[in-house]
Amino acid sequence: MNPVVAAEPQHNAEQQDPASAPLPESGAGADLETSGQAAPVLRLRGAAVRVGGRTLWSGVDLEVRAGEFVAVLGPNGVGKSTLVKVLLGIVPAAEGEIRVLGRRPGEAGSRVGYLPQRRSFDPDLRIRGVDVVRMGLDGDRWGVPLPWSRNRREQEQRVDEVIELVGASAYAHRPIGQCSGGEQQRLLIAQALVRRPEVLLLDEPLDSLDLPNQSAVAALIGRICHRENVAVVMVAHDVNPILHHLDRVVYIAEGGAVCGPPSEVVNSETLTRLYRTPVEVLSTQDGRLVVVGQPEAPAVHTDRHTGHHHHGHGDRRAG
Amino acid sequence: MGTPVFSWNLLYDFQLMWSYPFMVNAFRAGAIVAVVAGAVGWFMVLRRQTFAGHTLSVVAFPGAALATLAGFSLSLGYFGFCVAAGLVLALMRRGREPGGSEESAATGVVQAFLLACGYLFMALYKGLLEGPQALLFGSFLGITSGQVATLAVAGLAVLLALTVLGRPLLFASVDPQVAAARGVPVRALSVTFLVLLGVATAEAAQITGALLVFALMVLPAATAQVLTARPGLSLLLTVVLGFAVTWAGLVAAFYWPYPLGFFVTSFAFGLFLLAHVARSTARALERRRDASGAALAGGAA
Ligand SMILES: Nc1ncnc2c1ncn2[C@@H]1O[C@H](COP(=O)(O)OP(=O)(O)OP(=O)(O)O)[C@@H](O)[C@H]1O
Ligand SMILES: [Mg+2]
Repeated sequence: MNPVVAAEPQHNAEQQDPASAPLPESGAGADLETSGQAAPVLRLRGAAVRVGGRTLWSGVDLEVRAGEFVAVLGPNGVGKSTLVKVLLGIVPAAEGEIRVLGRRPGEAGSRVGYLPQRRSFDPDLRIRGVDVVRMGLDGDRWGVPLPWSRNRREQEQRVDEVIELVGASAYAHRPIGQCSGGEQQRLLIAQALVRRPEVLLLDEPLDSLDLPNQSAVAALIGRICHRENVAVVMVAHDVNPILHHLDRVVYIAEGGAVCGPPSEVVNSETLTRLYRTPVEVLSTQDGRLVVVGQPEAPAVHTDRHTGHHHHGHGDRRAG
Repeated sequence: MGTPVFSWNLLYDFQLMWSYPFMVNAFRAGAIVAVVAGAVGWFMVLRRQTFAGHTLSVVAFPGAALATLAGFSLSLGYFGFCVAAGLVLALMRRGREPGGSEESAATGVVQAFLLACGYLFMALYKGLLEGPQALLFGSFLGITSGQVATLAVAGLAVLLALTVLGRPLLFASVDPQVAAARGVPVRALSVTFLVLLGVATAEAAQITGALLVFALMVLPAATAQVLTARPGLSLLLTVVLGFAVTWAGLVAAFYWPYPLGFFVTSFAFGLFLLAHVARSTARALERRRDASGAALAGGAA
């Protein structure tokens, strides 16, 4: 048993709630495992992607099950966001077979929650946070909602509930352009969660959050993942805040992907090889991992990140 | 008709104005245009496509000028040119986010070229009956019942389209990436919106003239968005404000010898300023209340 899983022993043992279990996979290639676990929620087989005539990565195999928390790591520009877009069906895969909830990408609709990378709203935008969250609930429907319709109250309750869940109640009624980057990010997480998706695709959700908020949001996502059996794929630059919630890590580099439990991928040799800079991974007594970069060369971070992101990891601990 | 004098007895004044058929038509046309331009303008402001809107309104001028020159219906000139220009803009902005900065140069090119065309058409049409002034700054005299009917049909079509598309359009305007991931046809909506914008501009240009279209397309929406951040309320307020300034402008232009476009624009601008004053006052009051509340709490502690 790897130390990361040991830090939170309950989550893999948790059985699926039949009500929220994903529908069984239909059609060819549905292979239920004999261990009693459901079919994978996400599956990539021999997947490759090309943008602008250039192959970003190829031969990627990945399976994610309900209730699994998977981090996607890798240097800038390797195609992490593109992987998420492939899963959403926005970018077509060049090769391989991809299944999301047993269907082709883009066909699972509201069963997939999505948080794009680095979005910020125009300061002049006069739309409240609640409205943005609400759009996640029914923004894609045609026609106008009738003010006297029966599920209107239910929907309002759901919006309030999810805003409460992410702890954004204090500023949800302000125009979203006037919220800080971190506040906007929380509201957007609420927007991604509002339809109770079975798969959450989060592209750097911890970006622009401060350290306490990073671990709070990471814990929130971990809780939703493991309690409500949601498959989470999170692109991250910094593994530390999510490390002890993770079940698996996908590391994209050099045109391919390495996939495995955190202990196998998040170790000194693999990370040093992949980041091409010395990275040390330590294990603490209570079984958590700590990623330590060289103080003079901020390891897991990259040039594009400025300000509070720009300090080494030597003094930080996961969790 | 003599010089009518405003009596401050609104009932009497309206009775007088309604006794002139051209005024009845002006009020009808004004109401239709205010509602349509307000609703479409609200989305335009939200999508930050005011430059595209401006281009389309400028295009109304060569459209009308060509119609006068070639002798076909003025409505056809307005609608034909504005919708076609909307499609051209949609074509040019393919693959770009709404409100992107790169598009403005291309949009500006279209605008300058078509304005020059309008000038040419005016020059070719030597007889300058109405003169370019009415086309540029609007006129409410001589609106026929046929024109009102055309405005009503086109306006209803736009409003119907907005009712059906409104929610996904709002989603796609505010949050295009997530909307696209949710299966909202963001690109198709963006094209459709430019066409709707073309129709709405063509309508407004017939009342306010090509240059003052923004009085109805931007000012009411901007005013409403200052006053509230609730989308539904803000849209409703936009339409009400647009309607109010248009009718007030018509009344003023009937009684005072100054142009309609000036009145409508000034009223709308006045409301915009008032809204800003109201918001600052509300904020200041709130801050003072917070401060005194804090002082009270401090005293109690
Ligand atoms: N539409 C596009 N056309 C051409 N190239 C693209 C397009 N979208 C992305 N790319 C390229 O694909 C590569 C991967 O992009 P992607 O956004 O997936 O990177 P990433 O791994 O998410 O990086 P980051 O850590 O900076 O977010 C980049 O080199 C980018 O320039
Ligand atoms: Mg990215």
